[in-house]
Amino acid sequence: MMALDTVAVASATPDIKQPWRELGLKEDEYQRIREILGRRPTSSELAMYSVMWSEHCSYKSSKVHLRQFGEKAPKSAALLVGIGENAGVVDVGQGYAVTFKVESHNHPSFIEPYQGAATGVGGIVRDILTMGARPVAILDPLRFGAADALDTKRVLPGVVAGIGGYGNCIGVPTVGGEVVFDPSYIGNPLVNALCVGVMRHEDIKLAKASGAGNLVVLFGAKTGGDGIGGVSVLASETFDDKKPTKRPAVQVGDPFTEKVLIECSLEIFAADLVVGIQDLGGAGLSCATSELASAGTGGMRIELDRVPLRDAHLSPEEILMSESQERMCAIVPPEKIGRFLEICQRWDVVATVIGEVTSGSHLEITWHGDLIVDVPPRTVAHDGPVYNRPMKRPIDQEVLLQNNAESLPRPKTSKEIADAILDLVGSPNMADKSWITEQYDRYVQGNTIAAGPSDAALIRIDEQSFLGVAVATDCNGRFCALDPYQGTQLALAEAVRNVAVTGARPLALTNCLNFGSPEDPAVMWQFAESVRALADGALEMGLPVTGGNVSFYNQTGSTAILPTPVIGVLGVIDDVREAISYKFTGIKEFILLGETLEELSGGEWAHRQGHLGGIPPRVDLQRELSLANFMNAQRDYIAAAHDLSDGGLIIALIEMLLQSKTGAQISIHGDTFMHLFSESTGRVLLAVDPKDANYLVAQATQAGISTTRLGKSGGENLEITGVETLSMLHIREVNQRTIPELFSA
Amino acid sequence: MARVIVDVVLKDEILDPQGDAISRALPRMGFTFTPTAIRQGKSFILTLERSPDASEMAQIEKAAATLLSNPVIENFTIRVEN
Amino acid sequence: MRVGVVTFPGTLDDHDAARAVRYAGGQAISLWHGEADLHDVDGVILPGGFSYGDYLRCGAIARFSPIMSAIVPAAERGLPVLGICNGFQVLCESHLLPGALTRNVGLHFLCRDQEIEIVNNQSAWTNDFAANSRITIPLKNGEGSYQCDKKTLDDLERNGRVIARYVGVNPNGSMNAIAGITNEQGNVVGIMPHPEHAIDSLTGPSADGLAFFTSLVKSRV
Repeated sequence: MMALDTVAVASATPDIKQPWRELGLKEDEYQRIREILGRRPTSSELAMYSVMWSEHCSYKSSKVHLRQFGEKAPKSAALLVGIGENAGVVDVGQGYAVTFKVESHNHPSFIEPYQGAATGVGGIVRDILTMGARPVAILDPLRFGAADALDTKRVLPGVVAGIGGYGNCIGVPTVGGEVVFDPSYIGNPLVNALCVGVMRHEDIKLAKASGAGNLVVLFGAKTGGDGIGGVSVLASETFDDKKPTKRPAVQVGDPFTEKVLIECSLEIFAADLVVGIQDLGGAGLSCATSELASAGTGGMRIELDRVPLRDAHLSPEEILMSESQERMCAIVPPEKIGRFLEICQRWDVVATVIGEVTSGSHLEITWHGDLIVDVPPRTVAHDGPVYNRPMKRPIDQEVLLQNNAESLPRPKTSKEIADAILDLVGSPNMADKSWITEQYDRYVQGNTIAAGPSDAALIRIDEQSFLGVAVATDCNGRFCALDPYQGTQLALAEAVRNVAVTGARPLALTNCLNFGSPEDPAVMWQFAESVRALADGALEMGLPVTGGNVSFYNQTGSTAILPTPVIGVLGVIDDVREAISYKFTGIKEFILLGETLEELSGGEWAHRQGHLGGIPPRVDLQRELSLANFMNAQRDYIAAAHDLSDGGLIIALIEMLLQSKTGAQISIHGDTFMHLFSESTGRVLLAVDPKDANYLVAQATQAGISTTRLGKSGGENLEITGVETLSMLHIREVNQRTIPELFSA
Repeated sequence: MARVIVDVVLKDEILDPQGDAISRALPRMGFTFTPTAIRQGKSFILTLERSPDASEMAQIEKAAATLLSNPVIENFTIRVEN
Repeated sequence: MRVGVVTFPGTLDDHDAARAVRYAGGQAISLWHGEADLHDVDGVILPGGFSYGDYLRCGAIARFSPIMSAIVPAAERGLPVLGICNGFQVLCESHLLPGALTRNVGLHFLCRDQEIEIVNNQSAWTNDFAANSRITIPLKNGEGSYQCDKKTLDDLERNGRVIARYVGVNPNGSMNAIAGITNEQGNVVGIMPHPEHAIDSLTGPSADGLAFFTSLVKSRV
């Protein structure tokens, strides 16, 4: 076994060759570490810097762009905790604070779909828990390759089972998300997970270690060899068959341990026993200790040998890098540790004091008394490299924009249009997703007012006052491929609109930016444009970006995924009983809010023709805000509402009819196909009581919102002028058979 | 050192959808041998310092019958490896 | 009327069961798995969830908790006990009810609004239903297929001990579409779907589930 590489040894042996390249560092970065420390790093320190300075942890390629979220941040009275903490927190009224964030777990889900997705859920839930909140909802934006591709059949069922398996077992309802199929995701499925948590204002917890003498406590699961990956190059090189097999870079989750951890932590919070807390996610202990110390007032000293282990053969480097799940790190005043440990014992949660906050300025880690890490924590956690990567608009972007879908040959006859409708309704992206959503528990905690297929998930926060929140996630990657700036604002508009159609008031944003390789100037251009668009859009709409996640390297060879900036919007509704539903009963009149232009490029119909090109639909953020205000103000007069997005009016209408179990008689004036399939934005489909129709149209006109009266509900068929009549039964059958046919074993 | 292995499997009359799913997967993956039935069970591997004596075996049987298996729907067998 | 709601490590629907008790007009008393103390309750609910992570078998470990050592004899003496989903699994593992719950025939976890018919409205937990009521309450589980040997099945059917059956397509392969059963005395009931998630139409598919709880709360002790 190699001798322990201590600080003393490192000082005495400056010229030893170190595997910084194998660990992913660049030569200048390695030299910088030497400068910071005034000596060569120990192997533990090298491991810490290499992981914390990786793209995933340091955001080195994205930092220069993400700055804009702060620079262009709109003034918001609702923002309680902004970017920089584990998750953003907003004030929703009545003394409640809501925290929410979306994160990615893309690469692990490609390697091991079930565990990748499961641990993705586990990780985001802990991020929310660590803010002091009870996790109350999960949403999952998912993207896969073509639905009939062999690898999609491998990945999708595993991912869905993993999300359900973990989310259901921890008792947090999974209430929304998206499932999108596109060939560009085949080697790089996107598994993003959003979690929402609720607490009282005074319960907000931050991740900082302050107060010399306060104890550092590691609690939750024991530490094993999960997710160590490349760090094993530092560990003992002699093969020893007594050691458990080294696991590759895949973490394995245990939702039972997480559920118990949630209850234990909430009890600890309620008893006011911690002054700082951090969950252990990517880069495990390295990250938690350096971030806590860095954000705190002093230094920290850790006795690494006190960490409870599942695998007694782990080396110090491996312990520092381990990504074993279900672990948290708390800063506890000495007078409170007794009670803290008592609560852990009641819940059978392993808890160990592993160190303390010091009055110095360094993070010091010892192994059986020997100092193996002695670093300024800020240099590890926050002062990582900052890259200004080259970006270049692709030369053929213009060609792409010229090749528009509006000039494709279109269905003309009533039969051709009816066939196009059935084709779209049965297509994997538009098909009914119950096969997936029925694997998720939407009911646990008893506060779900609306879950998918609702445009936004609606969760009740207070049982007496009926205060609630609405949450939605959206992104159309095709629009972003055509124009990353406009496409990103379109995603923002859609997510806001999805929240607004429930009658809720949008409050804040989160984002998960999924892109290809930052080393590709074209991808970097997409990223820069997207961030700029989101920052500009957030400012224009007065919705602060509270935090988010960047996932780069979603690329196989030279094929990058569609740029996919998923936007999550949180809104508040004062009384969930007044929320607008997505389905209705009885006879209703349909009113379309907003203007329909000839905008087919990047849309679902074009996608079905195998076409991607042209200019995406216009976006008008001010108009979206007017629409949102209108929906909130008129909620008592609207029986049901559904926003128009993928698939345009025809899909929105059919979805509402299928949920309401009825047909409709619709009149279209002008180009039928265009009105049904265009994907112009800023539009909402309303179902209203006939007696309220005139009033609403007048109100909309007054608000500067154009209206089109479409017709009435009723009967068993869908009748549209210029379209062959379709039976709702047939539509339902076509819509509901696609996904089970593809994915049932 | 001794290992006592308790194999637990569903009783014949109990529906085993997992075993059925595995049966269906075999031909899909190109295997041409076709078992008439596949049942999925579990193994509990108990590592002991030495081979169990008669009274310890009796206790292991009781543990197998009351905890490791559900006698309403499962059968078990025990074997000892040295 | 004091109704105990048990929390095992991993129990999920205890708060929801407690809420249902309150909606029904009763007082919900929290019972900790580690204490063999029933605190003088008039009835006990074993809620849904994943007690002990469903390790070994669903309910197999919870069944040995200290609280169960108090519940089993009390149930044998007539204390009303309702096991919902995981709670039903615990009751079967404890042999307070016969049979066992096994993996859904479709192999997936299934969460959907399920129509069931109450076929026995004499038990402690179903007497507030009209005979043969059809109700819609959420079903959400991965191991909900009720299985037992022929003798037990005949016994249950002959003696009217099936309290609820699935209507329409059998969602999990349960024998005779059994969604819930009761013991001989009629005080111990196991039900697979979740009545506590159907106590108002704001948060559930209906308020049909409330009658499970009013059956106990409204009855005389």
